[in-house]
Order: sequence, then structure tokens, then C-alpha cells
Amino acid sequence: MIWMIVLPFVGSAIAALLPTNARNAEAWLAGVVTLVTLILASASYPAVAAGDAIRSNIEWIPSLGLNLSLRMDGFAWLFATMISGIGFLVVLYARYYMSPEDPVPRFFSFFLAFMGAMLGVVLSGNLILLVVFWELTSVFSFLLIGYWHHNANARDGARMALTITGIGGLGLLAGVLLIGHIVGSYDLDRVLASGDLIRSHDLYVPAIVLILLGTLTKSAQFPFHFWLPNAMAAPTPVSAYLHSATMVKAGVFLMARLWPVLSGSTEWFWILGFCGMMSLALGAYFAIFQQDIKGLLAYSTISHLGLITLLLSLGSPLGAVAAIFHMVNHATFKASLFMAAGIIDHECGTRDIRRLSGLFRFMPITATLAMVASAAMAGVPLLNGFLSKEMFFAEAIETHAISVLDTAAPYVAVLASAFAVTYSIRFIHGVFFGPLPTDVPSVAPHEPPFLMRFPILLLVVACLLVGTIPALTIGPFLHTAVTSVLGARTPEYSLAIWHGFNLPLLMSIVALIAGVILYLLLKDYLSRCEEGPPFFRRLKGQRIFERFMVTVSWRWARFVDYRLGARRLQPQLRLLVTVAFVAALWPLYSRGFTPGRFTLTGADPVFAGVWVLGIVCALGAAYQAKFHRLAALILLSGAGLVTCITFVWLSAPDLAVTQLLVEIVTTVLILLGLRWLPKRVQDGPTIASAVPGARLRRFRDLAIAVSVGVGVTLIAYAVMTRTPPPTIADYFLEKAYSEGGGRNVVNVILVDFRAFDTFGEITVLAIVALTVFALLRRFRPAPDSVDSPEQQRIQTAFDEAQPDRETGETIIDYLMIPAVIMQWLFPVIIMFAAYLFFRGHDLPGGGFAAGIAMAAAFILQYMAAGTRWVEDRLRVLPVRWIGLGLLLAAFTGAGSWLFGYPFLTSHSRYVDLPLIGDMPLASAIFFDLGVFSLVVGATVLMLIALAHQSIRRHRVARTIAAADEETA
Amino acid sequence: MELILAIGIGVFVGSGVWLLLRPRTYQVIIGLALIAYGVNLFIFSMGRLQINAAPVLASGSVNPADYTDPIPQALVLTAIVIGFATTALFLVLLLVSRGLTGSDHVDGREPN
Repeated sequence: MIWMIVLPFVGSAIAALLPTNARNAEAWLAGVVTLVTLILASASYPAVAAGDAIRSNIEWIPSLGLNLSLRMDGFAWLFATMISGIGFLVVLYARYYMSPEDPVPRFFSFFLAFMGAMLGVVLSGNLILLVVFWELTSVFSFLLIGYWHHNANARDGARMALTITGIGGLGLLAGVLLIGHIVGSYDLDRVLASGDLIRSHDLYVPAIVLILLGTLTKSAQFPFHFWLPNAMAAPTPVSAYLHSATMVKAGVFLMARLWPVLSGSTEWFWILGFCGMMSLALGAYFAIFQQDIKGLLAYSTISHLGLITLLLSLGSPLGAVAAIFHMVNHATFKASLFMAAGIIDHECGTRDIRRLSGLFRFMPITATLAMVASAAMAGVPLLNGFLSKEMFFAEAIETHAISVLDTAAPYVAVLASAFAVTYSIRFIHGVFFGPLPTDVPSVAPHEPPFLMRFPILLLVVACLLVGTIPALTIGPFLHTAVTSVLGARTPEYSLAIWHGFNLPLLMSIVALIAGVILYLLLKDYLSRCEEGPPFFRRLKGQRIFERFMVTVSWRWARFVDYRLGARRLQPQLRLLVTVAFVAALWPLYSRGFTPGRFTLTGADPVFAGVWVLGIVCALGAAYQAKFHRLAALILLSGAGLVTCITFVWLSAPDLAVTQLLVEIVTTVLILLGLRWLPKRVQDGPTIASAVPGARLRRFRDLAIAVSVGVGVTLIAYAVMTRTPPPTIADYFLEKAYSEGGGRNVVNVILVDFRAFDTFGEITVLAIVALTVFALLRRFRPAPDSVDSPEQQRIQTAFDEAQPDRETGETIIDYLMIPAVIMQWLFPVIIMFAAYLFFRGHDLPGGGFAAGIAMAAAFILQYMAAGTRWVEDRLRVLPVRWIGLGLLLAAFTGAGSWLFGYPFLTSHSRYVDLPLIGDMPLASAIFFDLGVFSLVVGATVLMLIALAHQSIRRHRVARTIAAADEETA
Repeated sequence: MELILAIGIGVFVGSGVWLLLRPRTYQVIIGLALIAYGVNLFIFSMGRLQINAAPVLASGSVNPADYTDPIPQALVLTAIVIGFATTALFLVLLLVSRGLTGSDHVDGREPN
């Protein structure tokens, strides 16, 4: 069963990769995928028909009650068959419909993905999973409706559909969460078994309001119906699929699915009854006045879905039977009608009923098929639409809940059916009969290829068969579906065509005759009138929607931006720091602040001395950072060293090693960057005193900084003087050797216990390194930094002034002896890195430290001999190091799968290596090797990318200011 | 010991915050580095201060009380490396922004 969902998505991925013009390959692929899905669905019928639902469960997040559980009962089966079957027909049709210029891979890819999502909705056995697929259908329908994205209508229609159904989807999610809260499980079986619990719960009303928000938006029910006509900008195969068998059916599907649980209350009856009745009547009324064939069909869809909604609102089992039956019938005739509309559009180049006429002469077969399908839509006897409509009438007469709505139901039903007859006749008569068309873009419309007509033929035959011999065709399937929804409440119902002369039949006859008369009366008016029904023409849901969207997304957004936004960073940071400070202060203020009484570690004068230095360094760096960057950098390094000493002092050798090495590369990195910063000389009165208010700002910042500093001191002191609560540290300490096979607990945590975190972190490091590289590839320095730095210019001038020197000699001779030593140090540092790496599992060291040491070895070579010299002799390929490291770490982790353990489980033992001796060899060491390789690659990549800027020829960046001057 | 470290952390963070609020990008980068030191030390100090108790196990049975808490150390170790990465990223952003806007002001343009 899982394949029924996976297969379309796989097909979608493949379809996306095929070349743009592979029309036939795409159609074959999509055809095969849909057909296989259909076969899979059909093959599972015997099991489904046996009574019980088929289930398949894959654990996903069991702790949250989220499982990838699928469940197919009769109802889901009916829908799955309909989705895949009509899907197949639409694919066949689309092969001929899409023009060679259209990028078909995109179409079939989205189409298959949409089908997969839709199958996911109907087959989900878990409500959360259902919502996920539900949202996917919204997303893919957005992409499908907006397929012709060069067309503004398509874009607007797609956006509107997504906004409306997306909002509904959020509502549905909230509703489902409420249901889950009430029931205590999201499992569909459990939810379906807890009907009484849900209905009697306090949260019942919010839950159904939210869920119905989701289903009514999806099924385009009043007052959310307006997105559907606008979605008609989609290619016709999309409309045929989305608006007959799938997308809009998802809403009524879910209502029927949850019907046994949610229905039966007054709230349910009123909400659904009202929306359904409004949709039924207004949709049919609007449909009469549409000039676009697809618009007519869209409003008719709204009306028919309204009928289904109304049936579901009644809370009577017979109503539910009729609703399910009508879902199937509507899908068959509406899909065929949309396809017929597409053929007309394709052949004539227009869908305007006023311009079309007399097409019967050109395409008699298509016309006949369309006529039968419209007759089914109108509810003419001997067709499937008639049967479900009769059941609807019978239900409408029954009294379910005494109210205005219930009293009005039969009248509204007859009225809407009469309208349905009118718009069906209008469609057929307007398009296929009458004089020859005079105002049609295409001169000689003709019958489409047989295979394009074939899907319509098949669907129309289905309409006829179901309409004439229902018990032999749809009967058993419908019964399976109905039983699976209603269970023990399944009523007696009869699918016969002839029930004798009764009220429903009379209503049908009245509706038919009234519809014909109405058409005759309106015929002349309709051939002249503008788009849209009288009275309602001006009141467009679409207009209201757009007005609303503009208000929210433009006016309010601008207002908020204007009020709260700042293009300046400083106020934002100030706000951030202040909020953080207040957030930290709040609990201290409300709970009181006392330092703890933990036995203090005795103060050491040397430690105090070190920290006096550290404090001086930090304050000095803060003071000098503006005008003396180099001094600030040195002072910063001083602070770093103090940090490092603190780590050594307080039993953190690993941190000290890493900190020391990182300190080196950070300093080199910033030194490389200094050259590209503008000169800033402190001369005379600074800006600070020149600009009024600046002094005030500085005082305020100083106050903030001091308060934050004092606050952090107090918190740190308070924490450090408290007895530590029991933590998981003991566990790690105890298990590090016995289970991780290492004595250095920090390293074991990094590469074994919490290796997945480390894996994430090295990934971040890789991403940062690549980002740095990418940013620097197109680096454009500011104009005043393009020339070589002052020192180099002085040296060059000196060389040129001396007759016995050649240009560049000074640089070569510069720091000669240290440079030679640095070059010699290359193997030594590599050895040191290896040493750090191998001892890492048992003693301080490890992949991070070793990686940075290794990177330092490379960078020293660059510093000693210059970029060009190094790269002539040594090819460092940092990106490969990064890739290799990441792959190694991932494969080491995945390797434990081979042995049936979870990701990143490690195995350890001691191995006696020749020369080196007894060495711990945990599988984690390969993970650590990956970390090492990645750290080397990332560090070297960043440093080299920056170092390279100095030897590149630069184009001056066109600064924004310069560009402004040019345009001025 | 605790008091000294607490004051030290406070000064690091305070100086960092001061620099963070300055207008020049270079000041901000130095400030971020200082804050990173302070925060790393702060996280590290959550394991309480112990001398001569490195979490490197001796042979034989393990008594957790003899060793300092390794978890903050593991956290800080990766934080140091990530801190380096963010510093590098920010430095490059600073340089590119200075190239594109011609200004090393944090807003990309000189205040009026």
C-alpha cells in the first residue's frame, strides 16, 4: 500500500529530470505510474471487501504518536481507485492537450506529485499524516494552477487557491490537534471509535469549526467558493483532475471520513447545512450566467459539492450514503465535461459560449459524449446523476432537525436542480447547436484524435452503466465504501432506477421542466449579457479577497515596517541586548537573588594576576578597536590566551588545546582581513564630540554594557557557588571507557555519545567555509584598498631607488630566517597534528584540535613563502578535504547500520600496531578522522580564499555611491 | 577563584557588548569575539570549577566525583570551532560589504 503513495512521488522526481521536449516519454511514464497505482488499488479490493481495513505501519516519531500509518478501507479504496483511475485518463488526455511549447516535465512532475499527495490524504491512517498530505495537495495544486505562470490570471488564481486552502489547512491542523487532545491519539481507528467522547467534549465546537474551516475551503464551499472559478486559469487537464475527482473532493472526503464521529450535533447541522445550501443554490444560479464554459463547470462543481455537503450535514446515514454515491458520480461526469470543454477550447481557441455555436457539425462524437455527460449533470433519468439526485430529494423531504433550514431544504433542492438543468442545456445548446460559429479564432474545428476523446468516452460509458444498471456496476463497491464509513449504522438503501411514483420523482420532473422553461426564458438575455449573474455581478468574492489581501500584506505590513522597522543595525542590536538583559533579570527579580554557599575553590594570586591581564586586554581591545585595529587584535588575542590558561587551570586540557590553536588561525584570518579595511586616523576632535547627541548615545551604550557585564558576573557567580545538581555527567564518566572505549571523556562524548551533534556541527562548519569561499570569489574591494598596501609601496620604492636591487627583493628577503624555520616546521607540525589526533580518544587532543593544527601547518607555509611559491609546489584541495571528511563521518555512522545498530553506534577495541604500540581503535576514530579532515579543509579554505585576494588583480567595486553619481 | 572568573566573564561580555553597539564593523567583530570568550567561559563554568580533575579517566574503577563535568567541556569545544567559523564568516561579510558599499559602517553607509 505504501507503494501507492511512494510511486507517484518517485515518478514525479523522474519526470522532473526528463528533457523539456520529451512529451511522449513523460506521458508514458505518467501513464505507467498511474496505471500501476490503479492496478495496486484494484488488487487490494478483495482484502478490503472482506470487511476489515488494510493497515500498514511504519514508525516515524512514535514518542509523539506520529506514525507513518496507512489504512485502506472500502471508502479509502473507492477514492484511491477514483484518483488513480481518473488520473490515468487525465494523463492520456493531457498528452494530446498540452502543446509542444509547454514544458511538459513540469506538468507531469507536479501532476504525479499531486496525485501522490491526494492518495496520501485518502490512505492516511493518522490524522497528522493526513494533514501533511493535505497541505501537500494545496502546494501542488498551487503549482499546477499556476502552471502557465507567464499568465497573470494563472498566477493570481494559483495564489488565491493557495491562500484560501492554506488558511483552511492551518485550521484543519489546529482542529486535528484538538481532536488528538480529546481522544489522546491521532490514530484514525481510535478517533473513529471515540465518537461519543468527542461529541460530548467541551472542545467539540472549536474542533469542528476548525476542521470544517479546512474542509469547506478545500471543497470551495460558500463563503470560500470564489477561489475555484479563478483556478480555471489552469490547463484543462488540471481542472479536470483537481475539480472533479481530487482537490475539491478532499474536503468532502474528510467530512465523510469523520462523519460518524463529528456529525449529529446542531452545530454540525447548522454550519454545514447553511454552507452547503448556499453553495448548492448560489453555485447553480451563478453557473447559469457564466459565459466561459469552464467557469460554468466550476460554479456547477461548487453547486454539486454543496449538495454533498448538505447531505452530510443531515446526520442521517442515508444522507451519507447519497453523499458518497454522489461524490463518485460527480467525479465521473464532471471530469468528462472538463475534458470536453478542453477539446472545444483546443479546437476553437475560445471557451466563450456567446461566440461558440453549431459545433455539432464539426465534432459530432465529442458533442454526443458531452451531451450525455451534461444530462448526467442535470440529473436526467437513466444516468448516474439522476440516481444520487433522487436519493438527495428523498433525504431533503425527510425532517431531520426542525428548523428553517430543514423546511427550506426541499424547495432549495428543486430550485437548484432546475438551475442545474438550465445551465446544462445552456452549455449543450449554446455550444453545439445553432448557426455555424462566425466569431471563432480557429477556422476549421474538427474532432480530436481518438485517444484524446477516449477518456471522455470511458467516463460517459461509466455514467450510462451506473445510471442504467447501478446494482450490477457500482453497487458492491459503493456498499463496501458505505459500510466502511457507517459500520453498524449502514442503512437499507436501494440503488434501483424505478421506485414508483413518489415525491422525489415528482420533484425531479418539476425540476426538469422548470429548468427547460427557465432556459427558454433566459436564452436571449444570456446570449447578450455580460459575465456574471445579475444583482451579484458587482459583489465579487474575488474583489473582497483582493481588497483584504492588499490591506494585510501591503498596508499593514508597511505600517508595521514603518513603526517597528529600522534600517540601522545599532538600534536593533541595542534592543536585542536590552531585551536579553531584561529577560535574564526578570527571573532574578521575581525569585530573588542570593549567591550560593558551595565550598569555594581557594583563590590563587597567580590566577588573579592572569585575570587582571585578561581584563586589561578586554578593556583595551574595546577601547582601541576603532582607531588601532592591530592593537585591538593583539589585545583580543591576549584575552583569548587568558581564556586558554583558565581552561588549563580548571581541568579542561582539551579546551585549552583547541582554544590555543583556534586563537592562532583566528588571528591570522583577521590579520589577512585588516588590509582591506579603510584607514582611520584619529585627528583632532572625533565625530563623537562633533555630532550632538553622540555623546549621549555613547553614555547610554556604556551604561548598557556595564549593566550587562555586572549582570553576567552576578549570574556566573551565583551559579558557580551552588552545589551542582546531579547531571548526566556521571553516566558519561562511567560509560566512557566501558562503552565508548576511550579515556578522554570529552572526546568520547564528541565522537561517540553525542556524535550526531558533532556531525551537525561539522556540517555547519563546511557550509560556512563554502559560503566564505563563495563570497570571496567575486570580491570587489573598495577603491581606496585596491592599491598595494603602504608598506609594500615603500619597499618597492626603496628597491627602485637603489641601483643594485631589483624590484621585489626586499619582500623576498623579509624575515628570511624565520621563514626558513617555518618551512622546516611543516613536517613537524603535521606530525604534531597526527599525534594530537591519535591520542585524542584517550588523552587530550582529537579531531578538532588536530585539524586546526594541520591547517596551521599549511597556513604557515603560505606566510613563510608566499602564496605563489606554495601553490607552485603544493596542491591543497580544501574542498575535497571537506567533502571527504563529511562523507567519512557519514559513512562511519551509516556503517553501524550494516551490523543492525542505530546510526553512529561505535565499536571499540585495542589494536597492537607495529612501531606505535597498543592503540585504541574504536570505529569512532574514523568518525574523528572525518571531523579532522573537514576541519582542515574548512579552515584552509577560508584562510586561502582570503589570502588569495592579495594577489588577485581587482576591479574596483562600483559602489552604490558611485552608481548614484553616474545616474545623477 | 569563582569570584575572579565571574568578574572576568563579566568584563569580557561587557566589553563585547560595548563594541557590539559601536558603528564600525571591525569593532563589532572584535566585540563578538570577546562575547564568545565570555560565553564559552560561562558555559564552561556551569560544570563548576575544579583543579586537577581533568575528565581523562585513569585505569580502574571510575568515581565520578574525581573528575570535572565533561559535558560543558564538550559543548564549549564545538562552540570554539563554530565560533571560529562565525568569526570568519562575519569577517568576510564585513570585507564584501565594505567593498560593495564603500563604507565600513554597520549600516553600509555613513550616518548623515
